[in-house]
Amino acid sequence: MTSAPGLWAITRRSLVKDLRLEWRSKDAINSMLFFALLVVVIFSFGFDPTAEESRKIAGGLLWVAILFATVVALNQTWTRELRNQVLDAYRLSPAPPQALFLSKTVGNFLFVSILEVLMVPLFVVFYNLRSVGPVWQLLVVGLLATWALVVNGTFFAALSIRTRSREIMLPLILFPISIPALLAMVDATTSILTGDNSPVFWIRLLAVYDLVFTSVSLLLFETVLNAE
Amino acid sequence: MKTLFKLLSVVTLLLLGYGFCQAMYIAPREATMGDVQRIFYYHLPSAWIAFLLFFVNFLASSWYLFRRSTGADALALASAEVGVSFCTIVLITGPLWARPVWGIWWTWDARLTSTLVLWLIYVSYLILRHYATGGQVPVLAATLGIFGFVDVPIVYMAIRWFRTQHPQPVIGGGQGSGLDHRMWVAVLWNLAAFLLLAIQFVWIRYRQALASHALEEAHAQASLEYETGDAR
Repeated sequence: MTSAPGLWAITRRSLVKDLRLEWRSKDAINSMLFFALLVVVIFSFGFDPTAEESRKIAGGLLWVAILFATVVALNQTWTRELRNQVLDAYRLSPAPPQALFLSKTVGNFLFVSILEVLMVPLFVVFYNLRSVGPVWQLLVVGLLATWALVVNGTFFAALSIRTRSREIMLPLILFPISIPALLAMVDATTSILTGDNSPVFWIRLLAVYDLVFTSVSLLLFETVLNAE
Repeated sequence: MKTLFKLLSVVTLLLLGYGFCQAMYIAPREATMGDVQRIFYYHLPSAWIAFLLFFVNFLASSWYLFRRSTGADALALASAEVGVSFCTIVLITGPLWARPVWGIWWTWDARLTSTLVLWLIYVSYLILRHYATGGQVPVLAATLGIFGFVDVPIVYMAIRWFRTQHPQPVIGGGQGSGLDHRMWVAVLWNLAAFLLLAIQFVWIRYRQALASHALEEAHAQASLEYETGDAR
């Protein structure tokens, strides 16, 4: 008799499975990347800013582009599990539901992070960006903000697969709840880029948001998974 | 129940009428703003009642997740719907007042923005309820209700900070501070009237939600019986 694998082991295994699937199909990352690229190009038709102005608006544009692209990836999170009733199998298995949720969230976090790594240079080139404030702070904001988007996004994607017209449902419930996080990430990025204000409050707010919603999601995920 | 409801309707109507007299004729004219200020007697009670109903929604949602009671779900739905209606009144009466007094319809002031975000959150809750199908609706809605309520303090903090960094609006609120005694009387009468009105709306919607739930159950039961009868 071997002992049952723990939460982390199951999370890791499920994550590895998702990453392998994504590596072979590249469904989420390709559609997300191309979508984000389109948004950036269309934005640059809309605005023709100077270097000074672009510092002020780039934070907003960047995060809006990432937000839209994230929704594209999030929508595919659970649909894969609907085929062949994989989700029902999960429900029957003794594996803790939190493990499933964590692995999906970490997976989405990695996808969106890759997207950001590829998108930020594009923004720098297209908008002639040069940061006035310290750049390492942008890294902190990026990590916290990405987690804020994907933790609620993954949860709400699990909610919206149970509805009619699920693709449109996700942004409708995700965006209103995410407004404080969006405000924080946009303002933190802008304050770092322009160097006008301190981003510390916004970074703290993002941390609190992450903490609160990660806890609530972990607490309620089992209920949503078993909703019938 | 029915007589109680009718009695309550009569009392509500009387109170609404008396509150109207208080707000329009008895409360004194505001010195600088003039008669426009009287919209305040409807604006403020609606806001408080909307916030109260969103809190009721949170309590009912939590209760539903604990006990899975159909009544709690019906109450959550009713309070969210009526709450959104009152919040809409707030968002409409606000600009109507702001236009002559501030000279603008809307400003991204802390209170306005928080109320708008609150309204958006609960509209999304109602949309989810509308689009979700079958027996999962109550569970999904209850989780979203809890998420929405948890979000409220974070929204409030974020927006307050967002606004303290920027210039204050033309007139920085200042309502409630130094209100004339007769104005308070008008506020309280209207608050009582609106509270009763809200209770009645919630009551009606609650009964409707319960009835439609019972109807669905009966349909499901009937089709089950029909199928098994067919198989025999």
